[in-house]
Amino acid sequence: MVVSPSIGPVVVRVEHVTKQFTVRKDNSLKERIVHAGRRGRAHKQDYTAVDGVSIEIHAGTTVGLLGPNGSGKSTLLKLIGGIVSPTSGRVVTRGRMAALLELGAGFHPDLSGRENVYLNASIMGMTRAETAARFDDILEFSGIGDFIDTQVKFYSSGMFVRLAFAVAVHTDPDVLLVDEVLAVGDEAFQRKCMERIARFRNEGRTIVLVSHSAAQVQELCDRGIVLKDGELVFDGDTNDAVSALRDVLEGRRVGEAPSAQQVRPIEVTRIEVLDASGKRSKVFPVGSQMRLRMHVHSERAMPSWAIGFSIDTPNGQMVLASNTERLGIDLPGIPAGDSFMEFAIESANFGAGQYFVNANVSEVIDIDTHVLWQGARFTIAGNERNLGTVAASITAA
Amino acid sequence: MDTTERFARIAETPFTTTDARGLTFPGRGGKLREIFDRRDLLSLLVRRDLQARYRDSVLGFLWTLIRPIVQFLMYYLVLGQFLRAADGIPQFAIFLFAGLTIYSFFAEMVQGSTTSILSNAGLVKKIYLPREIFPLASVGAAGFMFLVQVLVLLGGAIIFQALPAPVEMLWFFPSVLLILVYGLALGILLSALNVYLRDVQYVTDVILMLAMWASPIVYSWTMVVDAFATLGLPAWALDVYTNNPITLAVLGFRKAFWGAGTDADYPDNLLLRIAIAGVIGLVLLFISHRVFTRLQGNFAQEM
Repeated sequence: MVVSPSIGPVVVRVEHVTKQFTVRKDNSLKERIVHAGRRGRAHKQDYTAVDGVSIEIHAGTTVGLLGPNGSGKSTLLKLIGGIVSPTSGRVVTRGRMAALLELGAGFHPDLSGRENVYLNASIMGMTRAETAARFDDILEFSGIGDFIDTQVKFYSSGMFVRLAFAVAVHTDPDVLLVDEVLAVGDEAFQRKCMERIARFRNEGRTIVLVSHSAAQVQELCDRGIVLKDGELVFDGDTNDAVSALRDVLEGRRVGEAPSAQQVRPIEVTRIEVLDASGKRSKVFPVGSQMRLRMHVHSERAMPSWAIGFSIDTPNGQMVLASNTERLGIDLPGIPAGDSFMEFAIESANFGAGQYFVNANVSEVIDIDTHVLWQGARFTIAGNERNLGTVAASITAA
Repeated sequence: MDTTERFARIAETPFTTTDARGLTFPGRGGKLREIFDRRDLLSLLVRRDLQARYRDSVLGFLWTLIRPIVQFLMYYLVLGQFLRAADGIPQFAIFLFAGLTIYSFFAEMVQGSTTSILSNAGLVKKIYLPREIFPLASVGAAGFMFLVQVLVLLGGAIIFQALPAPVEMLWFFPSVLLILVYGLALGILLSALNVYLRDVQYVTDVILMLAMWASPIVYSWTMVVDAFATLGLPAWALDVYTNNPITLAVLGFRKAFWGAGTDADYPDNLLLRIAIAGVIGLVLLFISHRVFTRLQGNFAQEM
């Protein structure tokens, strides 16, 4: 993570903003007349997308808007961009604003790449002379080459996106609004996007990013805002925001009906993460002792069984995993009912960040295994000496 | 640009406010200023409309001319010669083409504007622009087509030696201004309404078709005077007919290109009538823009 430069002036201030939509089910004159009057109300529905949100964004910060689907984060971004007007409250902004809401939104398929560059740059607020001055840079960045004078409808989707992104990043915005566009393109192109955004941050530009990807927000942002059902539930440090998002998502999962699963003879019911003294904890310093307590429910007494665990980053990358077989442990037989077993990790040399613990259990390892995904979550805190998912002691040699 | 320099510049910049009434820029001039600042974009959008229209067609730009000429020939032959509307109207070809030219300008302005917001949905939903720019671009494109037709009309009038005295040709300006004001007022209003109710564009087509017959385009104003007298309609009925802004614009425009007319072919005080209609039109334009401003806050959601 790049340390953000000094705090700049306020560029965006959202003041008690509420946005309501009326969702109509009739969109033609005939239906509107048929349903006019009292019956019309049944065909109208008010929906609050953003509910009393207040935030302040300073220049030079990169802010991630997080939330489950339908939480109002895209609407909030549109409110900031002036694309929709709030029902009540107000949004004040300053500086040149560019929206990377959808790459190529302003492209006309029948015009050539060159004509579209001028049109799109003009939509983003550049004058003709400014565009002309930067045209060669845009062309080079896009890598379109001689195709620039071909009609855009003949472009591959990759070329289309590259050209659109090239225009967007050359418009010299003070505030850049980004809505999920970074999920497009091939890997090389995504790298290019990320590099460009990192450079934007260093140039003191403000970026407001809507993303589903917690990892992306952790990588890019220095502040996270979590929305749930239109309301602001968290605003602060990115790592905490990601964990607030998990809470929101898990809360949602509780409300969903559990899927009918076959009952297994032996199941992991719960995972606890304990510190050296045996107390439950969520935050651990680097290199501390850690104990994973696995609660298991068995249908019947079993003479032999096996259990394992894995620790993942939020991206799903495995950091550490093992099981009783690998460790050469012969577990005593398990009685029917609930019991637990503990793994001790002597020194957890993980890098700072969030981790998830998964566990699996079976009668014989690898056969009819029950897995509890993301049964527990913990945070490694206070490691400022290195980045990455492992921690090591580093000195100048 | 250096970070501190950028921060200093931003700190100096006044805030832009978006509230329930939409987005307002700091400083004077309001929307007009904002649109004026985006004139580069406006001209690019007009060019896009025109370039994209006939791209990939063999005749391309010529289609701008073919359609009105065919329309003109149809009316000239069927109405003028077969139905004998041309009898008693000298230089009927120029008479007819002048009326058609200004009316099709009006129709194209209104039709183009009505669908303009919807056909730019991709932009409206994704980015902030003063949305008035889309109906304005349609008016601009219609204006270009109109100018091409005016050149054809002028050429025809020169060939047939139908032009009036040069000073009479100044009628071009008040009549075109009048039609422009009404075209803008209707276009801006309908473009916003059409977002909420798609029937608007079809209703508009039908009404524009009818409106053509409510003005002396293919027949002369004197025919209406005679017909109203025969039917024994009161004097105000003729005034209602005559003071229709489209009728006034058609009459004024015809005065500029059709030299064969006499004073009896036009109502009294035509310029005064145009001036009054123009002032009313400006008020309507103001009101329609207010409605547009109210409605545009939810454009992005309604498409």
